[in-house]
Amino acid sequence: MPTTAPAFADATASDGALRRFLHGLPGVDTVGLEARAASLGTRSVKTTSKAFAIDLAISMIDLTTLEGADTPGKVRALCAKGANPDPTDRTTPRVAAICVYPDMAQTAKEALAGTGIKVASVATAFPAGRAALPVKLADVRDAVEAGADEIDMVIDRGAFLSGHYLKVYEEIVAVKAECGDKARLKVIFETGELSTYDNIRRASWLGMLAGADFIKTSTGKVGVNATPPNTLLMLEAVRDFKAQTGIQIGVKPAGGIRTTKDAIKFLVLVNETVGEDWLTNEWFRFGASSLLNDLLMQRQKLSTGRYSGPDYVTVD
Amino acid sequence: MASASAPAPAPAPAPAFEYAPAPESRSVVDIAPSYGLFIDGEFTDAADGKVFKTISPSTEEVLSEVARAGAEDVDRAVKAARRAFEKWSALPGSERAKYLFRIARIIQERSRELAVLETLDNGKPIKETRDADLPLVAAHFFYYAGWADKLDHAGYGANPRPLGVAGQVIPWNFPLLMLAWKIAPALATGNTVVLKPAETTPLSALFFADICRQAGLPKGVVNIIPGYGEAGAALVEHPDVNKVAFTGSTAVGKAIARQVAGTHKKVTLELGGKGANIVFDDAPIDQAVEGIVTGIFFNQGQVCCAGSRLLVQESIQDELLESLKRRLSTLRLGDPLDKNTDIGAINSAEQLARITALADTGEAEGAERWSAPCDLPSSGYWFAPTLFTGVTQAHTVARDEIFGPVLSVLSFRTPDEAVAKANNTQYGLSAGIWTEKGSRILAVANKLRAGVIWANTFNKFDPTSPFGGYKESGYGREGGRHGLEAYLDV
Repeated sequence: MPTTAPAFADATASDGALRRFLHGLPGVDTVGLEARAASLGTRSVKTTSKAFAIDLAISMIDLTTLEGADTPGKVRALCAKGANPDPTDRTTPRVAAICVYPDMAQTAKEALAGTGIKVASVATAFPAGRAALPVKLADVRDAVEAGADEIDMVIDRGAFLSGHYLKVYEEIVAVKAECGDKARLKVIFETGELSTYDNIRRASWLGMLAGADFIKTSTGKVGVNATPPNTLLMLEAVRDFKAQTGIQIGVKPAGGIRTTKDAIKFLVLVNETVGEDWLTNEWFRFGASSLLNDLLMQRQKLSTGRYSGPDYVTVD
Repeated sequence: MASASAPAPAPAPAPAFEYAPAPESRSVVDIAPSYGLFIDGEFTDAADGKVFKTISPSTEEVLSEVARAGAEDVDRAVKAARRAFEKWSALPGSERAKYLFRIARIIQERSRELAVLETLDNGKPIKETRDADLPLVAAHFFYYAGWADKLDHAGYGANPRPLGVAGQVIPWNFPLLMLAWKIAPALATGNTVVLKPAETTPLSALFFADICRQAGLPKGVVNIIPGYGEAGAALVEHPDVNKVAFTGSTAVGKAIARQVAGTHKKVTLELGGKGANIVFDDAPIDQAVEGIVTGIFFNQGQVCCAGSRLLVQESIQDELLESLKRRLSTLRLGDPLDKNTDIGAINSAEQLARITALADTGEAEGAERWSAPCDLPSSGYWFAPTLFTGVTQAHTVARDEIFGPVLSVLSFRTPDEAVAKANNTQYGLSAGIWTEKGSRILAVANKLRAGVIWANTFNKFDPTSPFGGYKESGYGREGGRHGLEAYLDV
């Protein structure tokens, strides 16, 4: 299973080597990182560039429902919405994917047939990730067999925080193998639980070395989810990884992004950190649910000149 | 490996994410076609009727015509300040504080107007006037307002007395902020003021004169006399001035020191600098890159404490320079009123010529020049963000203050060498240290001969923090409790 980028094969040879590699990454200065993210947050995106950004953001959404109360009906409604976000304006782009639990993947797959929208399924005992590896792999297998095009796995934060980096690495490698060539793998770090920016940079490299196709901030199930600074940091990681290996990795901030204004701030981060190579839904996604309706309302405002209201966009 | 084998959505062509123009509205500021000198609470013409034009450096458009102070006007202004001094200094500190708090609040209320005005007259981006200059101006007045009734506790004994009339000469790089640094502590301690703004940026000081009237400040307490060097010299020379405060070039600072030698006048000088920004191999690289950019490209490098010398440890030099060049390529140069502009115009044709000449010298002396790719507007004064590599201590660009967006990159091998090179300058105003190792920050900071040392940041200002230089960067401190001393008879 040679998944590690050849340039870094030595880094994953042992637990010690991996630790030395991750701890040898440049540190992150909290104040400086947050100041840079805040400064990019002051970019003023108006008129034509706002229209461009809104459509781009819609096309990058992994429209998500991850509730214990999810039913096939709810998932089908969400799929319909993703395929046709604004029934009053057919020029509205479709979302990138519908993100569900594994047992809903088949329902989503059927509902999305012919739309080009991907089915993303969380797996590996999402969101806590506290299960034995065979259980996690079975979870992944189920989702892939049900037709998931993308797997959103969670890392073992307990192992990471206790310094067992190789265990985390090997789990990601195993999940990646389970995905095979059928599904792209998004690796969720749950940045709110990793707590420090140094940890987020280490986790990003760990995920990329292990073969992640996407690195993703969070599950949306904890207090702190995607923030501009943690996403900026992950963008810097994928930028550096590509510069050193030639391999491009996607980034997905998830949870807590609810407004058009927020989404545009994230797109500015992408634009000014990694540039247009990442400004497509192949390489950047938003894990979100309520964001879509705000984007649609802003889109209507731009095209009609009038604000409508929540009754003029569809509920899921 | 990785995505090569996995199915990916069909890649859509990605058009570039261009930001549409987002100009701040010019209509929030009403610039009169002409302005007088502000003496004794009134706007008046110059005694000899002379005027000069102030232009917008980004377009060369004439903004207004301003009375040009001469020796006679300086005398009138000093006399007005002297007359006002008796009552002003006799006010209880709590009463002076009320005026300062009022001024601070009016500045906040009018901050958008003042930000646009400053951007028009100076050429710096609205992003900076809005987010840095104006908040700091208001903060400075609030801070010293707080001291006005607490001078007994400043460490200078009971009831420390003011000096009298302060003659203050300020530069064009932060017109309103330098005014605040000068006027706020002077008034808090009970002095009265005659201030000469720079000839290329007189407008915000004249708007400040209006704010003094709006705040009901007694007439004569603040006098503003726009003019050229001769007005500044007359002010410094005036026998009834008790205190001289100057921020500007080292050459003029030396002339002032000679002028006041042997007089009773108390002097503070904030002069040039050639700040070293030292990046160790264990630095947080991405943030260090941001700090280097902030250090030398903030305000187009027209900052006395700019980090104009980058000292980078040899083991990370290539990697750091690559990151730095990539970052500089994203800087947005252009219309200073556009909210997305990072780099504005150079303040004057004269300054642009100086920067250009020094950069040409750098090339002629064999340093390698690299400029960020950007289109310079056809009118106005512009200089692309530039860095020089292959620079040694012997190069002019490593020694002379350029006062523009030009960074000289030098390398070092050991901490001792970094300290030696950082200190090997006639100046000593600022320095920066980048390392994740706290003990190294403290050890290096103790050895640097510079008035302000930033650790893992650069160009951060706060009214509570004293600011000033070693060596030819001047003497005296402004800001903080220390800043009171310059205006007290202690």
